[in-house]
Order: sequence, then C-alpha cells, then structure tokens
Amino acid sequence: MLLQLFLSFFKIGALTFGGGYAMLPMMQRELVDNRAWISEQELTDVYALSQCTPGPIAINTATYIGNKQKGTLGGILATLGVITPSLIIILAIAALFDGISSNKYFLWALAGVSAAVCGLVLCAFIRMVGRNVKKAMGIIICIISFALVFFFKVSPIIIIAAAGVVGAVVPLIGRREKK
Amino acid sequence: MTYLLLAWEFFKIGLFSLGGGLSSLPFLSRLTERYDWYTLSDLTKIVAVAESTPGAIGVNAATYAGYQAGGILGGLVATLSYVAPAVIIITLAAKVLDRYYKLPLVQSIFSGIRPAVTGLIGAAALTLIKNVLFDFSLWKGWESFEAVVDWKALAIFAITTFTMLKFNKHPILYVGAAALIGILLKM
Repeated sequence: MLLQLFLSFFKIGALTFGGGYAMLPMMQRELVDNRAWISEQELTDVYALSQCTPGPIAINTATYIGNKQKGTLGGILATLGVITPSLIIILAIAALFDGISSNKYFLWALAGVSAAVCGLVLCAFIRMVGRNVKKAMGIIICIISFALVFFFKVSPIIIIAAAGVVGAVVPLIGRREKK
Repeated sequence: MTYLLLAWEFFKIGLFSLGGGLSSLPFLSRLTERYDWYTLSDLTKIVAVAESTPGAIGVNAATYAGYQAGGILGGLVATLSYVAPAVIIITLAAKVLDRYYKLPLVQSIFSGIRPAVTGLIGAAALTLIKNVLFDFSLWKGWESFEAVVDWKALAIFAITTFTMLKFNKHPILYVGAAALIGILLKM
C-alpha cells in the first residue's frame, strides 16, 4: 500500500504537463477512477484546501491522500512520489541536456501537448460540473466564481471563503423558512 | 553553509507561496537581489524549463534554482525545503478535517465551496484555451481572425475534447499522441 501510494503519485508527477489545474485530469483518472482512494467531491475539497494553503496543488493533494490512506508516513511517501520525477528530470536537464528547452523537436512536441492539455482540462471541468454543481445555489455560485476569476482576476482564496460562508448560511435560512 | 541558507530560503518560499507554484516566482526573483545563486536571466530559463517539463511548476523551479545555487545536492535541499511547509500544514489539516468532515456544518460549507472550485477550474480551462489556441496580440479587427487562431492547436484541442468525452481513455494517451502530432506537424 505504501509502495502503491509512492508509485501512483510518481506516475502523476512524471506524466502531467502544466502543473496545477492541468494535473486534474490525471488525478481524476488515477486517484478517483483507478484507485478509488478519494471521491470526486473530496478531490474538489482538497483542491479548495490547496488554494488556501501554501505550496503547489500536486503536493497538497499527495500529502492529503497519503495521510488519508496511511497516516503521516503515507503522506510523506505520496509527496516524495510526486516530486521524485521532477528531481530526476530537472537535474538531468540542468546537468546534461542544457539545450533541450530550445530543441525544435521538443518545442513541437510541447506545442502539441499544450493543445491537448487544454482539451483535457476542459473535459475535467465538464466532469466536475456534473458531480459538483447541483441545485440553483450551486449553479449560481459556479457562474459567479467563474466570472470573478476569469474577468476580474479576484483571488481564489476570497472566492472560496465567500462560497463557504454561503454554503453554511443558506441551509440555515431554508430551515427557518420551513418552520 | 550555502545548503543551510538554501534550505531556509526555500522553506520560506514554500511557506509564502499561497495557491500554487506560480506564486513562488516573485520570491525566486527576489532571491537574485540577495544572493548570487543565479541571475535574473537564469531565472527566465528556469521558469521556461519548469513550465515545459512534467510535474508541479513550483517544484520544478525550486529544483532547478537549487541546482544553480549548489549543484545536485543544492537541488535536493531546495526541493525538499520548498515542499516541507505544505507537507506539514496539509498533514495537520488532514487530521483535523478527518475528524470533522462528516459534520453537517462542514458538509454545508463544502457544498458551497465545491461549485466555486468548479467555477475556478472552468476559468483555468478558458484561460488555458485563450493563451494556447489564440494569440490576441495579433488582433486587428475581425479580418485578422485567421492569424489570431492557431489552427493546428485548435484541431488537436477539438479532437482531444471530443474523443475524451466520447471514449474517456487515460489522459496520457492523448498527451502522447499530441506530442507525436506536434512533431509531425512541426508546430
């Protein structure tokens, strides 16, 4: 199990391009579909937590899921799993293949990958809408958050905090009205 | 002594980089004012490599910057120090959350947050699409539309989206195929 945690996150670290949200399609596939270590809802919650805590999303997710599966040691091993490919690849590039970032074949491949990642992230978003956006309240929160970040560049932390307050308060109002 | 300093500086960067790896970049550039570990032009290259290699961008940048400062050991020290604050904080948060996750109040808070995070991911997807598939710096009215769109990238994007929604294969298949197509089309 500890080895499996390390290996799954190694795979995620080695095979995702673009960091952050671009890693979401791979995490949905590996962690939700293949391993069932976490539900889609909880993965969304971890992303929310990651936006409000220091460090890259991949690290936060690895530490959280490792902890959930196998305690503190699990968290550390999952995190080492996700950073090991970076260490190997970056140190190899820095020490040996200094020219790769201007190699034309590498740049062509990267342009193709970037275009595909756009599609994958869009699909990850569509999938999340299906699982996370329910009822009128969910649809309104989703559209407002989208617009605030995309058009007005509002900090995600503020949006998450506000949405949390709305989520806590709305059921209270509903309950009072029923009485 | 360099290694201790590296560890301390990258621990601080890890601690203050809220909300993902890219927020570390201003801190990495500030280091050039206080140490001669790397120059600002090195940093441009560090960021380019970090963004174009697999893995978390912040981790990649920390590894490369640490390597510039102190070789392979420097890269290891910088990376481990950089992720340490996140590991400590999330470990504590996971234990607290585990205890209270099922509480009705916590669940209603998350029921508000989930659609918000979904909206954030929608914004991230659209920002990616805008930046990768289009070059709006070439925009000079509607007659310039053809030059603004990267048609090869748009085709790969459309095929990926359609086949992913229809067949839902492993993401790495699409990434591998797109890399090959990118080379064949000389993108």
